[in-house]
Amino acid sequence: MSRYTHQNPLLIEGSVPGRRGVRTATLDVPAHSLGDMLGAENLRRELPMPELSELDVVRHYTSLSHHNYSIDSGFYPLGSCTMKYNPKVNDRIAAMPGYSRIHPLQPEETVQGALQIMYELQAMLAEIAGMATATLQPAAGAHAELLSLMMIQAYYRHRGEEGREVVLIPDSAHGTNPASAARCGFTVQTIKTGSNGNIDLSGLKAALSTQTAALMLTNPSTLGLFETRIAEICELAHQRGALVYCDGANMNALLGIARPGDMGFDVMHFNLHKTFSTPHGGGGPGGGVIAVQRCLEPFLPVPVIIHKDGRHYSLEEDRPHTIGRIHSFYGAFLVAVRAYAYIAGLGADGLREVAENAVLNANYIRAKIAESFPAAFPQTCMHEVVVSAGGLRRHGVKALDVSKRLIDYGFHPPTNYFPLTVPEALMIEPTETESKQTLDTFCEALIQISREAEDDPELLRTAPHHTPVSRLNETAAVKKLDVRWSTGG
Amino acid sequence: MLIPDDRKYSVTHEWAKVEGDKVRVGISDHAQEELGDVVYLDLPEVGRILSKGDVFGAVESVKAVSDLYAPVSGEVVETNTDILNHTERVNESAYDEGWIILIRMSDPSELDGLLDADAYRQIVEEASH
Amino acid sequence: MSFIANTIPEQAAMLDTIGIRSLEDLWDPIPASIRLNRPLDLSPALDEQNLVRHLQRIADANVHLDRNLSFIGAGIYDHYCPAIVSALASRGEFATSYTPYQPEVSQGMLQAMYEFQSLICDLTGMDMANASMYDGATALAEAALMAVEVTGRTRVAVSEAVHPHYRQVLNTYLRSAGDEMILLPARRGITDAASFEDLLKGPPACIIGQQPNFFGCLEDVSNYSNAAVRCGALSIISVDPFTLALLKPPGEMEIDIVTGEGQSLGLPTGFGGPLLGIFACKRDYARRLPGRIVGATTDSEGRRGYVMTLRTREQDIRREKATSNICTNEALMALMASIYLVALGKEGLRETAEICVQKAHYLQQHLENELGLKPLFQSKFFCEFAVTLPIDGDELNQRLLQQGIIGGYNLRRRYPQLPDSMLVCVTETKSRDDLDRFVQAMKECIAS
Repeated sequence: MSRYTHQNPLLIEGSVPGRRGVRTATLDVPAHSLGDMLGAENLRRELPMPELSELDVVRHYTSLSHHNYSIDSGFYPLGSCTMKYNPKVNDRIAAMPGYSRIHPLQPEETVQGALQIMYELQAMLAEIAGMATATLQPAAGAHAELLSLMMIQAYYRHRGEEGREVVLIPDSAHGTNPASAARCGFTVQTIKTGSNGNIDLSGLKAALSTQTAALMLTNPSTLGLFETRIAEICELAHQRGALVYCDGANMNALLGIARPGDMGFDVMHFNLHKTFSTPHGGGGPGGGVIAVQRCLEPFLPVPVIIHKDGRHYSLEEDRPHTIGRIHSFYGAFLVAVRAYAYIAGLGADGLREVAENAVLNANYIRAKIAESFPAAFPQTCMHEVVVSAGGLRRHGVKALDVSKRLIDYGFHPPTNYFPLTVPEALMIEPTETESKQTLDTFCEALIQISREAEDDPELLRTAPHHTPVSRLNETAAVKKLDVRWSTGG
Repeated sequence: MLIPDDRKYSVTHEWAKVEGDKVRVGISDHAQEELGDVVYLDLPEVGRILSKGDVFGAVESVKAVSDLYAPVSGEVVETNTDILNHTERVNESAYDEGWIILIRMSDPSELDGLLDADAYRQIVEEASH
Repeated sequence: MSFIANTIPEQAAMLDTIGIRSLEDLWDPIPASIRLNRPLDLSPALDEQNLVRHLQRIADANVHLDRNLSFIGAGIYDHYCPAIVSALASRGEFATSYTPYQPEVSQGMLQAMYEFQSLICDLTGMDMANASMYDGATALAEAALMAVEVTGRTRVAVSEAVHPHYRQVLNTYLRSAGDEMILLPARRGITDAASFEDLLKGPPACIIGQQPNFFGCLEDVSNYSNAAVRCGALSIISVDPFTLALLKPPGEMEIDIVTGEGQSLGLPTGFGGPLLGIFACKRDYARRLPGRIVGATTDSEGRRGYVMTLRTREQDIRREKATSNICTNEALMALMASIYLVALGKEGLRETAEICVQKAHYLQQHLENELGLKPLFQSKFFCEFAVTLPIDGDELNQRLLQQGIIGGYNLRRRYPQLPDSMLVCVTETKSRDDLDRFVQAMKECIAS
């Protein structure tokens, strides 16, 4: 096991002067002086890069990979992140040269397949959302939120309602919601969660005014609960002239079951790397999609894909009301290809089964661990369950300690301390691709840990015990900031 | 938990200690404990005029940020720049070396609106139940 | 296809544990009036083999770079990507992990990001870098917004020689935030340094340029830092990091923020996404930097380890007061770029970059000597250059396509004031035969 627990040297520490790696090309034209071609004043004196052999590099990164937990390695119940299995066939498809080896500025007639994929995926996602149309331009979920708010801003500017400066956001929302709203110059007003875990309707009524631009809701909420009075909420907002935005981070619960567009939402975003199984790559690439009702369509970012005569796809930029361009090219195309393959492979029934099993798995965990870790709200949850580790506080044990101890049992911890409204929150999202056996082992580990908290709390407070590093000093990381090696220039 | 009775407190966990026509301000022991190791402070400029309740700065730990609110109105006459490089003093000596700003009061009657040690203790204890 | 493990008897047992009778009961919280009472309108499901076949057929409608000679660059560069890059980056341990919120089980990706930051600092000559952003355009927009924040000014000056798409993205971001963009004109392919003088009258938050610029020309980057110092603004340069294997790093010229598109470091062209935004700056701005940053520290036993640091800048803690709304970075793309950089290493990078420069100059000379195609601009260039054309650029590209060649970028698409011209890009992927074939094809296509 030493291979998995040893310390990995930095690349630069293994560098040997004069050693070289891959040779990618050979000069086959007459050589001229670099100084003449580039100007001596433009040349750099030295290039402080590591010098390694190809095998050095292979061993380095293989060794790093051994120190990285992933879905392929085990259960990853990270709430709000929908860590489902990422089908390998999608990677194979995305690597086809017809997708991976095309240039974004090639003539349109040479990329008809790529435009078809984007156009059809937009249509599939609009159908799943119950909206008029969609755009694949955003690079990630937070990007999609920002652009949606820009569209909302443009919508009101166009209507001459520039006094709408307030965005209402529940206290349980993802931090990206208020951060995105602030970026567009909106004022954020927080709405409280009621005692049943749903939005407090009277508070919402009081907050809605002619200054309200939008209400941003996550449905199912970050508490894993369906907002049961959502149709009424949307209607209330519409009555005051406000738009309603759906943060679609939790759409895995609703695929083929219910659609935000039918509930009254005007605009929503999807995370392709959550709901539609594209690998998240340790923090990206993500893939964001915005779906909108007709009222927001004129404001979509450019370019928009047009399929006019039913044969030829083209990119349209000249749109008078657009918010403008928002990505270097057309968003994360190779991520979109994977999402397309996922939906095409599953079809309508397959997507519905995803939602059913995601919700079944979450409720199964809720029931199995209820005695040790009661759910924050007792009702049927959707795709994830938020439980509280508050009961262990009397042993001096926190949610974080439970999470760290789970690592010793071979599991990735759930999301901790979110939503902020639940004390000692553990947010568990199993996803549909996990089996009953995996869930059983996980629940047994949690129950065992709650016993350990009583018998040997120190065991939890010092966990994890079998990892290459134990808990790290995050205070020192900020105070003695070390964010790069120092051997270089 | 330390709550000295030689000063007043606000519900947002600042303390205010009267020194003549001035008030020295910091955060309570309870506040520093809730935050964890302080790693950064955002201080106002000397000369800034504050109204009671204004945000005058922020204190950060690794995983939390707390705004600092002026307990009284007045002019900032001094800031504790020593703590910028020794943020641990806010944790280790919240009521003394870890003070944050000195305000020249414009309306000393505002002190009456602050909590005394007992009242503050009650708030802290209620919050932790 | 289906990736669900639960069997029907298992589902029944689970329902029993939950205390409900059927899967249908799970939807009790959703009012019937807003449930979808029909199947989604999607094409029938496909098995794996038919799925691959279906998507291969669509892919076949694309003309790709393995089968066609291409001379198009303009922000996305077709460099050879060694096998080691995808072999390592596609390991499931990296590809199927989430953001490293739990450092004890994410040391692999965290160390890789720390190394990426270090490599970017070394390439750019900057003090610190973040662990990547969405793409070159949004990284530039984030830099401009950071400058607005730092200086308290609301105008942003940007050179006309910056990638037109980047300027459009910048404009979208600025307009939404209520800020203004001023355009600095280019003359003979280079940003007009005289226009910097005008900025002294109404100092902007930042002055933005690109190196090599969109026309392929090399600018004097120190003009930006000098002007910025004089008017109290920040200097921002957008780079192609690949070119920094040979070119002087912007850090040496006292530039405040360097952004860029990292696709040229071993990433596929991929129809322009996902990409790799680069963001590096002076240490003074450590707390203003948007995006994720990984730092080194120690564990309770004194062992070196890595964590995400300066977290209080980020949206999940600071919410509406965060330095940016960004949550996702492009970790896997940053990993690929790192592998590319170290697999080629000091020697390989310089060598590959030099080959690009040599070949680009070879082609430029042959187009001029054999076809009389004059360079549009006289400035030094790296591996991309503009030539004037005797015929319409789009028409020429159509004719080249008949011969299986994707021609260069028609500059008039974004610069209508310029004459008929083509921005030609040459990388190490073009052999001498390819270049000679292009010259011949150009000759035929112009003549026909």
